[in-house]
Amino acid sequence: MSEITKQSLTELVENIKNKKLSSTDVTKAFIDRSEKSEELNAYITNDFTSALEKAKKFDQKPNLDSKLPGIPMAVKDLFCTKDIKTTAGSKILNNFVPTYESTVTENIWNEGAILLGKLNCDEFAMGSSNETSFFGNVQSPIDRNLVPGGSSGGSASAVAGQLTPITIGTDTGGSIRQPASFTGIVGLKPTYGSCSRYGIVAFASSLDQAGPMAQNVKDCALLHEVISSYDPKDSTSIDFKRNHYSKELTNNIKGKKIGIPKEYRVDGMPKEIEDLWQKGIQYVKDCGAETIDISLPNTSYALPTYYIVAPAEASSNLARYDGVKYGFRAKGENLIDMYEKTRSEGFGAEVQRRIMIGTYVLSSGYYDAYYLKAQKVRKLIKNDFDEAYKKVDAILTPSTPSSAFKIGEKTNDPVSMYLNDIFTVPVNLAGLPGISIPAGHDSKGYPLGLQIIGKAFDEQNILNIAYAMEEKINFKNKITDWWIK
Amino acid sequence: MSKKDSEYLINRKDNQYEVVIGLEVHAQVLSESKLFSTSATKFGAEPNTQVSLVDAAFPGMLPVINEFCVKQAIKTGIGLNAKINKRSVFDRKNYFYADLPQGYQISQFKDPIVGEGKVILDMSNGQKEVGIERLHLEQDAGKSIHDLDPQNTFVDLNRSGVALMEIVSKPDLRSPDEVNAYIKKLRSIMRYLGTCDGNMQEGSLRADVNVSVRPKGSKEFGTRCEIKNVNSIKFMQMAIEYEANRQVDLIEEGKTIDQETRLFDTKKNETRSMRSKEDAHDYRYFPDPDLLPLEVSEKFIEELKNDIPELPDDKKKRFIEEFKLSPYEANILVSDIDTAKFFEEVVAKMGKNKDIKLAVNWITGELFAVLNSKGLEISQSPVSAKNFAILINLIKNGTISGKIAKTVFELMIDGNKDPQKIVEEKGLKQQSDPKALEALIDKIINDNREKAIEYKQGKEKLFGFFVGQAMKASGGKANPQLINEILKKKL
Repeated sequence: MSEITKQSLTELVENIKNKKLSSTDVTKAFIDRSEKSEELNAYITNDFTSALEKAKKFDQKPNLDSKLPGIPMAVKDLFCTKDIKTTAGSKILNNFVPTYESTVTENIWNEGAILLGKLNCDEFAMGSSNETSFFGNVQSPIDRNLVPGGSSGGSASAVAGQLTPITIGTDTGGSIRQPASFTGIVGLKPTYGSCSRYGIVAFASSLDQAGPMAQNVKDCALLHEVISSYDPKDSTSIDFKRNHYSKELTNNIKGKKIGIPKEYRVDGMPKEIEDLWQKGIQYVKDCGAETIDISLPNTSYALPTYYIVAPAEASSNLARYDGVKYGFRAKGENLIDMYEKTRSEGFGAEVQRRIMIGTYVLSSGYYDAYYLKAQKVRKLIKNDFDEAYKKVDAILTPSTPSSAFKIGEKTNDPVSMYLNDIFTVPVNLAGLPGISIPAGHDSKGYPLGLQIIGKAFDEQNILNIAYAMEEKINFKNKITDWWIK
Repeated sequence: MSKKDSEYLINRKDNQYEVVIGLEVHAQVLSESKLFSTSATKFGAEPNTQVSLVDAAFPGMLPVINEFCVKQAIKTGIGLNAKINKRSVFDRKNYFYADLPQGYQISQFKDPIVGEGKVILDMSNGQKEVGIERLHLEQDAGKSIHDLDPQNTFVDLNRSGVALMEIVSKPDLRSPDEVNAYIKKLRSIMRYLGTCDGNMQEGSLRADVNVSVRPKGSKEFGTRCEIKNVNSIKFMQMAIEYEANRQVDLIEEGKTIDQETRLFDTKKNETRSMRSKEDAHDYRYFPDPDLLPLEVSEKFIEELKNDIPELPDDKKKRFIEEFKLSPYEANILVSDIDTAKFFEEVVAKMGKNKDIKLAVNWITGELFAVLNSKGLEISQSPVSAKNFAILINLIKNGTISGKIAKTVFELMIDGNKDPQKIVEEKGLKQQSDPKALEALIDKIINDNREKAIEYKQGKEKLFGFFVGQAMKASGGKANPQLINEILKKKL
C-alpha cells in the first residue's frame, strides 16, 4: 500500500471498507502532513483535535455503507460550519462562529466524512490568486511563491499538496476550475441549482455554486454525488433527477460530439495553451468522440458582463456586514461613523473595489446602461450555448489563458487579474456545469488544465468525457514537497 | 375653508384650491409566520424572541417565500377588483439602517403581484370610485428604540421580515373625509378577507400620504409632498389639512413647493421636512437573485377566487334587497365584518316570524350603546346573537314591551343570560289579558273621576296620565297597545 496521503479518495474508501486502514490512521496521516505544511498557509482554522476524536469514534462503530466512511477532509472557509469559526477569508468575520451548518457540508458529514479544518480563500471569494485573503496568501505546492489560483486557493493547495484527500470549493466565475488548473487537480463547477447555497457565505447569488475538487475524476464524481441535492431552503435549488455519478462513470464516449469554440482562441494566448488545446482535441478523438468547430459569438462580452453582475450582487449581499449584529465592529461616533469605520477596516481593498463597482452599476441613472444591459448580454451568452448544444454534447476549451503566476505579479493590475477568468466566466453566466482537468505542463513545469463544459444538469456526461481523457492524458502532478522541512 | 356642494376646497382671497391625495397603505399580512422565514409574527412578544437566522441576516441564510402570504396578497387583490399578475418579481431595496439586518428590504418594484384595481366609497353625496395603482408584497423592517438609553439605540427584530402589503392608490382622493372613507373601506375589505386585521394601534395598518394642491378646475397636478408613516386616520386627516394649507400659503406667497418627504408631528399638529428630493435615497433596486420570479397559475388564482367570501359591497346590496334595509342601515351593518356576522346570526336565529327592522334598530341602538360604553368590539359582545334574537322575538310576539325589553337587556349583559328565563324569573311577562286590564282600568277611572270628566270635556292631554297610571298599576307589564285601546273605549 502506498503512503496514505498519496492515495486517492477511491483508494482510501476501499481500504477503510476492507479494514486495511482505520479512519484514525487516515485522519492522523493527513493531520501530520497538514501540520508539516504550515508554509502553504492553506488552513485558516484547523479542527485537528476533534477530527481525531471523531475518527476514533467512527472506528469504534464504523458505518461502512456510507459513501465517505471516516474520510477526513478540509473545506473552503466559505461554508458555514456549526461551532467552527467561518471567516470567508475576511477580517469582518474573523470572530464569527455559525450556529448552523451549510447544506453541502451537512451532506458530507451525513456520508461519514470528518472535518479537518477550514481552508483559506480570497476574501468573500473575490480573487483569482488567493492574495486577497485577510489571512495571507496561499503558497502553491507546485512551486515556491507561486499562486495556487483563487478564490478556492487554499482548497486547491490542500488537495494538490495532499493535506486533504478531497475538498469542496465554490465557483462564481472560475474559483474552482482556475485553481484546479493551476495546481494540477480536478475541479467541477456544477449546474447552477445543483448544490444548495444554504449556509454558504454569499458572493454573487446568481452565479455562486459549490463543487468538488479532487485528485482525479472518479473522486470528483463521488464527492459530487454526495453534495448535490435538492434543498427547499434554497429557492434557486432545482429538483431534478440526480445520477449516481461515480457508479455511472464510464470512459466510453464513442460518438460524442465535442464542440471547439473559435472565440476561445483569444489574442495574446500563449502558444503552449493553444498546443494543449490541440492535444486535448486529439485525445477526445482518440477516445472515439468527434470534434466540431462551433461559434459562441458573444464570448468576448462575458468578462465585462460578469464584472457588472457579480459586483452588483456582491455590493448588496455584503451590506449585512455592518458591525451591528455579528462580526467585526469598529468604534464610531454615531451609527454612520460606526458603519464607515467597520466596513473600511473590516473589508480588504479588492472587496471594497467590487462593492464600489457594484454600487455604481446599480445606481439610478447607470442601472440601465450597466446592470440591465449586462443582464441582456448574459441572456445572449446563454443563448449562444443553447444554440451550440443543438449540435454538440459538450464543449472543450482551455481552463485558463495561462499557467499559474508568481505571488505579487498581478496584485497591482486588477484587470490582468480579472482576465484569468476569461474561459470560466461564461459558464457561470450561463449556469452550466464545467470541469477542469489537468492536461499537461508548461515550459516551467507548471500544470495546465482543459475545461469541458456541459449542458445544464449533464454533469454525468462531462465527468465521463473527463474520465476518458484522464486515462489518455495520464497526467502526473510534480509535487516536490518543497515546503516540508 | 368651505364645503360647497360637499366639495373640499381651500379658499384664499381670490382663489380656490383643490387638494389631491394619494395613499400608500402598508397593511400587515395576517399570517402566522413571516414572508421569507418561519418565525412567528405575534404582536407584543418579548423583543427579539421571534427572530430566525434569516430575519437577522446571518451569513449564507436565504429567503424562502411563504406561500400563505402570497395567497393573502392575491386574495386582497381580488377584493380590490384588481388584476392579478401571474408573474411578479421580488427586488432588493438597498439602504443601511440598524434595524434592517440584510442592508436591503425585499420588496416588489417593477413587477408587483397585483396591478390596477378599484374600490367604491360611500360618501354622503353618493358613491366615489378610487383607483388602485398596485399592491405589492414586501418585508417589514425591525424596530429601533431610541429612548431606553441615553447613549445607545436598541433594536428589536421581531418585526423584521414580517409580510406587508403596500397598497398604492391613484391620486383620486380629494378630502380628509374621503381619506377616512377609503382607509375604512380598505380595512373592511381586508377584514372580510381575513388578510389583514386592520389594527392601527398595533401598526398593522399605516400609510404614507401624498398631498398636492392645485387651483380649482386645473387638470395638472401640483408638486407633491409625501408625509411618511402616519398611523391613525385622525392623524392622516390632520396632516392633510395642515399640509394642504401650507402648500396653498406657499403658492399664495408666490413661492414654489419642493418635492420632499415630510413627517407629521402629532403633538404640534404640523408637518416637518424630513428630506428633500435631492437627499432622497438611491435604493439601487434590482431583482433579488436569491429568489426566482414568483409565478402563479390561472388555476391557483381561480381556487383563491372561489375562496373569497361575500364582500361588503355585495353584502350591502343583498341586505337592501333581501331585508329591505335602507342603504344607510345596510352600510352600518356591513362596514365591519363582525357586525355583519352578528346581524346575520340574529336574523337566522329569529326564525320565521321575524322583525328585521326591529333587530336592526336594537343592534344599532341598544347594543352599540352598550359596546361603546364598555369599549368592546361586537365580537366581544356580552350578549350572544342567539339570546339577542330571542329578545327581539319576545318583543315582536308581544311577550314583553319595548320598555321592559330594555330592562331585560340590562340584565342579559351580565353573563349573557337567556332573556326568556329573565322574563319568567322576574315575572316581566306583558299583561295582555283584556279582562284583567279592563278591571284594572275601571279601578283607575273610578279613583280619578274628576280627571276623567276633565278629559271628556276636552283636556286630551290627560290621556297620557291614565296610560301612565295603568302602566304603574301593572308594574310596567301591561301591554301598552291594549291599554290604549281600552282607555279610549272606557273614557
